[in-house]
This record gives sequence, C-alpha cells and structure tokens, in this order.
Amino acid sequence: MKILAIIPAFNEEKTVVKVIKEVKKELPRCDVLVVNDGSRDKTKEKVEKESIDLINLPYNLGIGAAVQTGFIFAKENNYDLAFQIDADEQHLANQIKKIIKPIQEKKADVIIGSRFLGKNSFNYSFTRRLGILIFQLTHQLLLGKKITDSTSGFRAYNKKTINFLAQNYADDYPEPEAVIKLIKNGFKVIEVFVRMQSRKQGSSSISSLNSFYYMIKVLLAIGIQSLQKSKLYNERS
Amino acid sequence: MKEVEIFRIQIIAIAVSLALIFFIINLIKKRKLKEKYGLLWILASFSILFLSIRRDLLEKTAYFIGIDYPPAALFLAALFFGFLLFLYFSIVISDLSEKTKKLAQEIGFLKFELEKKKSRKRKRKK
Repeated sequence: MKILAIIPAFNEEKTVVKVIKEVKKELPRCDVLVVNDGSRDKTKEKVEKESIDLINLPYNLGIGAAVQTGFIFAKENNYDLAFQIDADEQHLANQIKKIIKPIQEKKADVIIGSRFLGKNSFNYSFTRRLGILIFQLTHQLLLGKKITDSTSGFRAYNKKTINFLAQNYADDYPEPEAVIKLIKNGFKVIEVFVRMQSRKQGSSSISSLNSFYYMIKVLLAIGIQSLQKSKLYNERS
Repeated sequence: MKEVEIFRIQIIAIAVSLALIFFIINLIKKRKLKEKYGLLWILASFSILFLSIRRDLLEKTAYFIGIDYPPAALFLAALFFGFLLFLYFSIVISDLSEKTKKLAQEIGFLKFELEKKKSRKRKRKK
C-alpha cells in the first residue's frame, strides 16, 4: 500500500523538519510531501535539505489550496492512502497509526482525528468552544450524524476520496465544508479519538479577528453544500 | 426661464454621455478594456445619451411605473445597473481566482518536476 503524508506548511521553519522526521520514524515506508504555501521564512531551505518531496507554491494560496495540491500529487502518483498532518507539531506523529489503520482495514473512506470524541476536557477559549458547538449542531442537523471535530485537519483518506478531493476542495477554511461534501457524496466518514498537542509554534489559521468571518463563511458553505445534490463528482471528473 | 435651464442641463447631459462613449471606445481601442466588458458600459452610456435627448421618454416611463419625480426613476435605473454590474464583477473575480489558483498549483508541480530532472542529471554526472 502506497502511503503519502501531506504536510502543508506556511512559515513553519522551526517545526517542519521535526515533524517530517517524526513521521518518517513512525512510518518509515511512507512518502512525505511538504507543500510550502508561499512561506516567507526559511521553510523552503530547511525542507530542501531533507530527502523528501517538496512542492513550493509561488504565493500563499491558503491552506485549502495547499492541501489540495497534495491530493493532486497523490492522485497523479497513484497513492492508495494519504493523510494530512500539520507542520506545527499540533498533530502528534505517534497518533498517525490510529487514523490510517481503519483505512487500511477498509472500514471507511475518510478518518478524522478528533480531539473531542468521548472527551470533554479541552482548554480552548470560549469563542472557539462556541464555534465548535455550533459546528457540531449544524452537522447534526444537516447530516443527522455527529461529527465532534469537523475543524480538525488531522485526517486520512483512501484512494477514492483522494481522487474526489483533488477536484473538490475549498480554498480557505476547508475542513468542515469537506466533511459535508464527502458525506453528501456517499463517502464513509469516521472519527477516531487522537491526542493533540497545544500549539507551540505558529498560529492557527483561524485568528480571533477572522473567526467571525470563519464562522459565517463555513456556515454558508455548509448550507449551500447541503443543498447541492451529489452530482459534483460525476460532473467534474 | 425654466425652458432655458432645462435646455442647458440637457446639453450638459448629452455632452457628458458622448464623452463617456468616446472614453470607453478609446479604452477598448487601446486594449485597456476588453470588448466583452466594454459592451456593458457602452450600452449604459448609450442609454444615458438616449434619455438625455428624449427627456420626455424618461418622464413618461417614470409616470407609467408610478414614480412622480422622474429623476428618481433615473437613480433607480442607475442603481439597478450598478448592482448588476458589481454582481457580474464578483462572478468574474471568483472565476479568475479559481483559475489563478490552478495556475499556481500547476507552477508548483512544474517546478517540482524540473528540480527532479535537474537533480537526476547531477547524479548522473557524478
């Protein structure tokens, strides 16, 4: 089984190499692709020294487009499984097996690593918790399915999903939208509990200033997504 | 006295709309504006010109729709046109940003392939 680790990186010079090494240590046989999303620091130079694949985007396209670049790469190079892991050490390499195992066992098409599944102990800000709660309710309402951590970017995908997402992935704040899109298109999405680390380096792609825009944009996207019938896949492929 | 005033504003309006038409056509000639988008503006300026010449038409249409003050009908029409145009631009911008994203991703891939080939050559030379 050909496995690809997709690591989107935007100004992560301090942590990206460490993440690469940890992924390699955890899964020695998997290939690693770093998508450098127009970083202005030394991310490019540092990653170039590692013997892994690196794609440099000419300017900052946004996390969604960067990850999508990874999906396109995985599709073109015929990978059977791809997982996304952040370059800022928030996602722990020793949790990777948890999210790829169900895919290897063909139990699902998509695995989301959830911080909240079965647990309540999170020390996030009030607004973040409120946002998460709103997302959970929206998902419950629209899908009739509980997704506890739809903003998590720690995910694994099988081949079918990779091919779909290579063509359908939002540019900014793509995660919750993708969950709806995938479920609406008949993909089997499962959450597993993973431990995550609080962020040491870099900042979330969701700053407090942008969180209002984030909520509105994602809710609109989710709403529209749920209106669409699942014809996207056939149309575009 | 009133007649003269109306006449004066009419001349100004005609002159302005004519200037607008020439300006837009000139932009298209200089390739600063694509015909596709210029067409909309030319259409708008010709309607302004037409309404400046045939003021009575504006009045008649305004009364016909039920607007007592004819210039208000003009404002309404202008607002509506402006709104449509902005919406159209948003659509064009969305389309363009999708296209530039694809281009950027493509550039990323091309550079990646290029680097791979270069490093293979370097290895062969060694």
